[in-house]
Amino acid sequence: MSQTDSQTRREAQEERLNKVWDSDKGWRYWSAVNNTEVGVWYTVTSFAFFLFAGALALMVRAQLAVPDNDLLSPSLYNQAFTLHGTAMMFLFAVPIFEAVAILLLPTMLGARDLPFPRLSAFGYWCFLIGGVFVCGSIFFNAAPDGGWFMYPPLTTDPKLTGIGADIWLLGLSFIEVASIAAAVELIVGVLKCRPPGMRINTIPLYCWYVLIVGGMILFAFPPLIAGDILFELERLADWPFFDPARGGDPLLWQHLFWIFGHPEVYIIFLPSIALMAMIVPTFARRPIIGYSWIVLAAVGTGFLSFGLWVHHMFTTGLPAISLGFFSAASEAVAIPTGVQIFVFLATMLAGRVTFSVPMLFASGSLAIFVIGGLTGVMVAIAPFDWQAHDTHFVVAHLHYVLIGGMLMPLFAGAYYYMPLVTAKPLSARLGRWVFWLMFTGFNIGFLPMHFTGLRGMPRRVFTYPGGIGLDWLNLVSTVGAFIFAAGVLLFTWDCLFGVRRRKTCETNPWNAGTMEWISPLPAQNYGIRSVPEVASRYPLWDQPDLAREVAEGRWYLPDAEEGKRETLVTSVLDSRPLQCLRVPGNSFMPMICAILIGASFIGTAFHLYWTSLVLGLLGVFAIMVWLWRGTAVIPEAEAKDIGRGVVLPLYVSGTKSVGWWAMFITMFGDMTAFVSLVFSYFYYWTIHEQFPPLGMDGLPRGPGLLWPALALLLVAAAWGAMLLARARNAAGSAAGLRLSLAASVLLALGSGACMLWAPWQAGLQPTDHAYDGIVWVLLIWTALHLALGVLMQFYCLARSFAGKLTTRWDIDIHNVVLFWHFAALTGLTTIAVVTLVPLLA
Amino acid sequence: MTVLPGFSASRPWGGLAAAGSALALAGCSGRQSALDTAGYEARVVGELFWWMLAASVVIWVLVMALSLYATRRRREPWSGRAAARLILICGAILPTIALAVLLVFGLRLMPVLRAPGEDLRIAVEGQQFWWRVTYELPDGSRVSSANEVRLPRGRRTEFVLTAQDVIHSFWVPPLGGKMDMIPGMTNRLVLEPERTGRFRGACAEFCGASHALMALDVEVMEPDAFEAWLRSRRDPAPPPPGAQEGATLFLANGCGACHTVAGTPAAGRIGPDLTHLSERPSIAAGILPNDVDNIARFIRHTRDIKPGARMPSFAMLSPEDSASIARWLSAPAGTRMETP
Repeated sequence: MSQTDSQTRREAQEERLNKVWDSDKGWRYWSAVNNTEVGVWYTVTSFAFFLFAGALALMVRAQLAVPDNDLLSPSLYNQAFTLHGTAMMFLFAVPIFEAVAILLLPTMLGARDLPFPRLSAFGYWCFLIGGVFVCGSIFFNAAPDGGWFMYPPLTTDPKLTGIGADIWLLGLSFIEVASIAAAVELIVGVLKCRPPGMRINTIPLYCWYVLIVGGMILFAFPPLIAGDILFELERLADWPFFDPARGGDPLLWQHLFWIFGHPEVYIIFLPSIALMAMIVPTFARRPIIGYSWIVLAAVGTGFLSFGLWVHHMFTTGLPAISLGFFSAASEAVAIPTGVQIFVFLATMLAGRVTFSVPMLFASGSLAIFVIGGLTGVMVAIAPFDWQAHDTHFVVAHLHYVLIGGMLMPLFAGAYYYMPLVTAKPLSARLGRWVFWLMFTGFNIGFLPMHFTGLRGMPRRVFTYPGGIGLDWLNLVSTVGAFIFAAGVLLFTWDCLFGVRRRKTCETNPWNAGTMEWISPLPAQNYGIRSVPEVASRYPLWDQPDLAREVAEGRWYLPDAEEGKRETLVTSVLDSRPLQCLRVPGNSFMPMICAILIGASFIGTAFHLYWTSLVLGLLGVFAIMVWLWRGTAVIPEAEAKDIGRGVVLPLYVSGTKSVGWWAMFITMFGDMTAFVSLVFSYFYYWTIHEQFPPLGMDGLPRGPGLLWPALALLLVAAAWGAMLLARARNAAGSAAGLRLSLAASVLLALGSGACMLWAPWQAGLQPTDHAYDGIVWVLLIWTALHLALGVLMQFYCLARSFAGKLTTRWDIDIHNVVLFWHFAALTGLTTIAVVTLVPLLA
Repeated sequence: MTVLPGFSASRPWGGLAAAGSALALAGCSGRQSALDTAGYEARVVGELFWWMLAASVVIWVLVMALSLYATRRRREPWSGRAAARLILICGAILPTIALAVLLVFGLRLMPVLRAPGEDLRIAVEGQQFWWRVTYELPDGSRVSSANEVRLPRGRRTEFVLTAQDVIHSFWVPPLGGKMDMIPGMTNRLVLEPERTGRFRGACAEFCGASHALMALDVEVMEPDAFEAWLRSRRDPAPPPPGAQEGATLFLANGCGACHTVAGTPAAGRIGPDLTHLSERPSIAAGILPNDVDNIARFIRHTRDIKPGARMPSFAMLSPEDSASIARWLSAPAGTRMETP
């Protein structure tokens, strides 16, 4: 073939790729689901929430500038600080991690997109709707005002806190669901969508962190969702989970909140460290020293972060033994953190550092974060915490940790990755200004605050008296906050107006070694031109011809002949190619589903229950339509040649399919929420001498034995019928599949009915006592899972009749059976807990 | 709404500003500071803080020096082995040792600081936004007060902490750490004052609209003076002399439904006990200096001064009436009369 021929062929390939991956034009642009679009929307939106929350912080600082200030009313101040914390945590810190990961992960993995692009888009729309709903409330003077931690009974009492608390609970629950969706997407992306040859021990460090943080989200957010459910039930239906007069306990909320809230800190911090782990080797001009050290340290941090939550509760009067244990665990987490910092220092020392704006931010981050870490070590010592807790010392500490550990590295990342996204750099000259304004402003603002706190200023106070040693410290802090804000504004200006005036960068402008820089700039919608074999942690440094070969389309998937979006699926550990995955294209369905479900949540906040129910059902229906049309699509051929003579199947099911992994991971999150509810049940057991409480007849209350036992029997039978359905389908019997499914539907419905009938016939009144409430919640939770399982069974039946579920094309039945494993486990656990505990009492 | 001169109901904090600075002149700076210590726990923890601070500064300087050195262009790159050894030693081993030492020190401190108290017990109940104080004496008798605590120097006094409505936290920084007051729970805190003086405590857990306006006066006295004071409180108030107009107004307006004034029919338990109000340095839980004008203003503008307070603003009272109630409440207990 002549030179020109291959040139023409390559151009034709590129044109086809472009056509397949392009976003629609005009208003249909918003139907885009590709990571290059959704990632940018996500990043920009979360940055906008950051600016909003920052403005609230400036209001707070302005109010505290002088003693006895009357700039803000107490009510507005309380809304401002509550929303500042809430928005920074839920609408900026976590979403920006997901945004950046959605944007960068495919490029680092040489993938065309993440495995579930429409799920990313759905997550984005949920985030946007929920975020605007929560933030917008302040313009109607209806924002949550009970603190971002929402401690009951202040916030469960509708007389003390208005609709703001409902907005917080429902708006954020909605966003948390989106966060979990994104986490599932990212985990499956890292595990299954790598380039061939990129074994798990050679993946870019950023991907390791994504994996770890995704896992943490899966175990940290569900306890909060469980807490939110109990909380909202108390607010809307008067179920007394946190009311001590009726067997509840306000401390249970604190446990659930901080089981979420402390890992949350590391969920925020680790992704930024991940950015550092990409930046530092690039500018040290050498591979990272201690790759396995830093991975182990990050995993260790992730694990330990779940054992620290009680250090937020050192002053609640818990026994000394718990304080000692959690004090030790809180100190221990400093060790893996220290290892990660020294990995960066060691890499710098073993290399030759070229200085640049990203490195400036990275160094500044180190200077700030180390202070935050050291004060963290201080407050982990319980006796010191008794003084420092809930004072401005802790405000200073947490801002040192989060600005040093999260924001500064994020800015480093912004300067580093801007060329990858826009093909144009941010200004290095302005960048130094931005850095020094932020760095000095931050330290002027927050260093004095340590002493403000120790001089006796509690947190969350809208004013303080003059003359007790707090005046000038607060004034200095306010000045610092505004200097810091000036730096952020300058950065924003450069992003909005400066960047577009600059020249396009050359390819790999920082001369980095990792995959994301392989493509010529500006980056194309389809991402990488062809997917190569990767044999090193820093392929661009170690495989000199790789970039050229990739750009010439000499590797896998260089074309889109069938006009379908495709990416590679590989095996989890050694990254062998397994499948050519067809990913779905642009669609408005994710947006429509997000709007319907979001409206349902918002309606509930305003007590419009029927409207919410209708909208929620419509939302479920819309999701069904989305699944029906977009998932488990039967391909036109069994397999496809992806280049270089490698032929991969286009349709795989069971453990080989990404959908199965997503279901598996999602159900882990679901089980975590369920376990949190079970934890609540046992928590009540530990705080009550008589548990379950005695009923009218003087005997311990309970749902009885007969009906729960029947429910258990039926749910086991329903599960067995599902196993049979899968087996019959595999054996080629469509009739067997359908009959087993139908039988399972009936058994599941019967089981669910028994579960709800049991507490009803036993006369358990959920408003009477927290015990009755938690039994009802466990049983309703399980019954809802059975209902969801039945919905899936109907879906399978419909797919079977439509010819979309057959012996060969069987993704749906595998995934539904997987769901049923978990549903059956939930049923078994629930029944065991609610029946056995009363027997023991 | 009539507005008092110098005080606008819509901008209540302007009024507070003047009051606040007056209050500040009365007390000295640092009476709410955990670093200006006057109690055993605060002193020990304060010393711990200064030690930790010094160590932190050293560690920070060393890490910064190392990172600055790392960014110097003209130096030989370290070998991979030397760099890995740095991670092991400075990243893992040294922090482990330092943290273990600190942890052992901290853990050993806890039982010492939380050792049980002696015979004096003071029950403090947090409410939005004030403190109900009850001295529980060894002989079983009780003395009621509000928003002020008096303590004898050198005695380990036990506080029994509860909350009536939402979570509060009891914190007197110069004496020691804080302890939460949680509805449905009873927490205990022992404080041992080491020097006499007047100090200020504050609610440390966000408790609603006026969380910032929930402070506490603490006076540490010599043990003898404290005993004498407590004894005088235990005896019934002396028989009241002649009639006063303020008393009539106080009772006629229903104040007695919520407030107790010993020796009068006012025996309400909802609000603070006002029997010995004249002795307290401040009113409204530590936010206004205790004088007739402030009491009168607080009666008429309660919820402007303290948003979310349970007591309604008695704005329907004329300034003269509220002033005469204030004068009556300001008079030392025992000089008040019993109303017919």
